[in-house]
Amino acid sequence: MANVLVVAEARGGALKKVAFEATTAARTIADASGGQVHAVLVGAPGIAAEASKLGATGADVVHVCEHPALEQFDAEVLAATVAAAAGATAARAIVVGGTAMGQDIAPRVAAKLGVGVAADATEVTMDGDAIVIRHPMATGKVIATLAASGPVAVITVRPGALAVGTEARAGTVQSLAPALDPAASRVKVTKLTTGGGGKLDLAEAPVVVSGGRGLKAPENFKLVEELADAFGNAAVGATRAVTDDGWRPHSDQIGQTGRQVAPNLYVAVGISGAIQHVAGMRNSKTIVAINKDKDAPIFKVADYGIVGDVFEIVPKFTEMVKAARAQR
Amino acid sequence: MKIAVCIKRVPDMGARFKIGADGASIDETGLKFDMSDFDEWAVEAALQLAEKHAGSTVTVISLGPDSVQETLRKALAMGADAAVQLKAESVPAGGFAVAQALAAELKDGGYDLILFGRLAVDSAAGITGPMVAELLGLPCATALCKLDVQGTSATGERQIEGGVEQLAFPLPAVCTIDQGLVVQARYPSLKGIMAAKKKPLASKPAALGGVGVTITKMELPAERAAGRIVGEGADAVPELVRLLQTEAKVL
Ligand SMILES: Cc1cc2nc3c(=O)[nH]c(=O)nc-3n(C[C@H](O)[C@H](O)[C@H](O)COP(=O)(O)OP(=O)(O)OC[C@H]3O[C@@H](n4cnc5c(N)ncnc54)[C@H](O)[C@@H]3O)c2cc1C
Repeated sequence: MANVLVVAEARGGALKKVAFEATTAARTIADASGGQVHAVLVGAPGIAAEASKLGATGADVVHVCEHPALEQFDAEVLAATVAAAAGATAARAIVVGGTAMGQDIAPRVAAKLGVGVAADATEVTMDGDAIVIRHPMATGKVIATLAASGPVAVITVRPGALAVGTEARAGTVQSLAPALDPAASRVKVTKLTTGGGGKLDLAEAPVVVSGGRGLKAPENFKLVEELADAFGNAAVGATRAVTDDGWRPHSDQIGQTGRQVAPNLYVAVGISGAIQHVAGMRNSKTIVAINKDKDAPIFKVADYGIVGDVFEIVPKFTEMVKAARAQR
Repeated sequence: MKIAVCIKRVPDMGARFKIGADGASIDETGLKFDMSDFDEWAVEAALQLAEKHAGSTVTVISLGPDSVQETLRKALAMGADAAVQLKAESVPAGGFAVAQALAAELKDGGYDLILFGRLAVDSAAGITGPMVAELLGLPCATALCKLDVQGTSATGERQIEGGVEQLAFPLPAVCTIDQGLVVQARYPSLKGIMAAKKKPLASKPAALGGVGVTITKMELPAERAAGRIVGEGADAVPELVRLLQTEAKVL
């Protein structure tokens, strides 16, 4: 019987989708040996209200750590608390969502426990009692299979890559004290500015609409935003050409040196399809490209392409997507 | 200020990769290598900080076989003052073994700031920097797209999903550098390349720790099936929408 610990990320008082994906992966590992899934949920007072959602996706126990100072992310407190909880629950594995937060704390937890990290898993399966992790390397051009040795496996899972399970468990709430006084942590988040109201997170959105230099000017990104709004479940991405010019924040950049996404639908608007861009979106299920140059490399990875002017095509596309959704 | 930058030599990502004979590595024949993008930005960030804070030094450290000396020389040619190779036949996966070797080298170096790239583009894990911070007991700020040093403390900014966090932390500290912190890494000048030849490059065995993650298999991803051009101009939109509804079933 081996337990698995999952770090359930919450922001602004609500769990992120990746928390459920991580819980599901943890369930897979725990089930191989009849172990339990223990989730750690950290946040400001009131966060306990989210705990039942973790039970619904497979957590047996939810350890809730509430503290007024933990409204903001605190890597030092979180890493110390997770490492302590791993010991207390005799976890054989720790699963963390590979967000900015997860990528920050997982290596620290691993170093505290004296083990490595199997990072950015896009698949977590069991081969008998061994955990098998698949991880795209070299901008997705190579897929590695990883095995973690050592007493505990620390795994980060790529947001959006894993399914969310529906196998409910008790989700019994236990309270957990922070293993470190938040007042003692040295790195302070002094301010958090959130991006535009209600905008979907690139990692979580089922649809990503991205724009490139073909849009000609920053104000024309409105076309991309309107198309994203028409889908209703889309986030907006961009190429590096556009983020380097300051049209969009760097956090919106898709590609080798930006974010890697794998939505159900990726729409590339006025994007040439440079390999460094494709590195960030090639694993999308369906890819649509709109580009006036019929020889643009983006058409080599696109399932469906339209050759032509984005200023003519995108408004029509937006209108028809709206109509299609209104019909459902 | 004493700054260290840990850098990794990686294959050029533009290449078409082949799997090695062991089935668990990349076949390196014919590949070109260079410093990982993020590490280049970290070196640039260090050089800019050193220019701002008189009397600073920048030391670059790379773990790997003798070929990493070429990467270290490049950093020296960009303007770093000294280089250290931590000699190891290969770079183990999982981060921990490497982090232990780097921490052993950095421990008594008296560095105020230790920089890493946010991730190495080949292994794409982004775990070594925070592990080193943990092993050294130092504060750590990851994925910074802004970094300012004021005396013995620093402020930084990082972009997270759907927002921007502003951070404040004391030095000495470990930081990992994301894109956007510098506009571009400088190219080594001819003068820089000449000067680099005379700069110190020490080589010592890496004190690699144990326990890591092993790569048991590597494979190439399935090729995407060839797509099609639905049509030209706005007239093609109805057909595209139909395909998205009936064939791709995403609408
Ligand atoms: C080390 C390194 C890392 C990089 N990392 C990344 C990364 O992470 N992400 C990334 O995106 N890039 C990255 N790049 C940059 C990449 O190489 C390309 O330069 C970039 O992706 C190009 O962006 P773009 O497609 O917007 O612009 P362009 O290449 O300029 O393409 C614009 C496209 O718009 C089309 N177009 C123009 N006008 C219209 C119109 N009216 N209607 C329809 N189509 C039109 C053109 O035909 C063209 O294909 C990296 C580069 C390097 C060297």
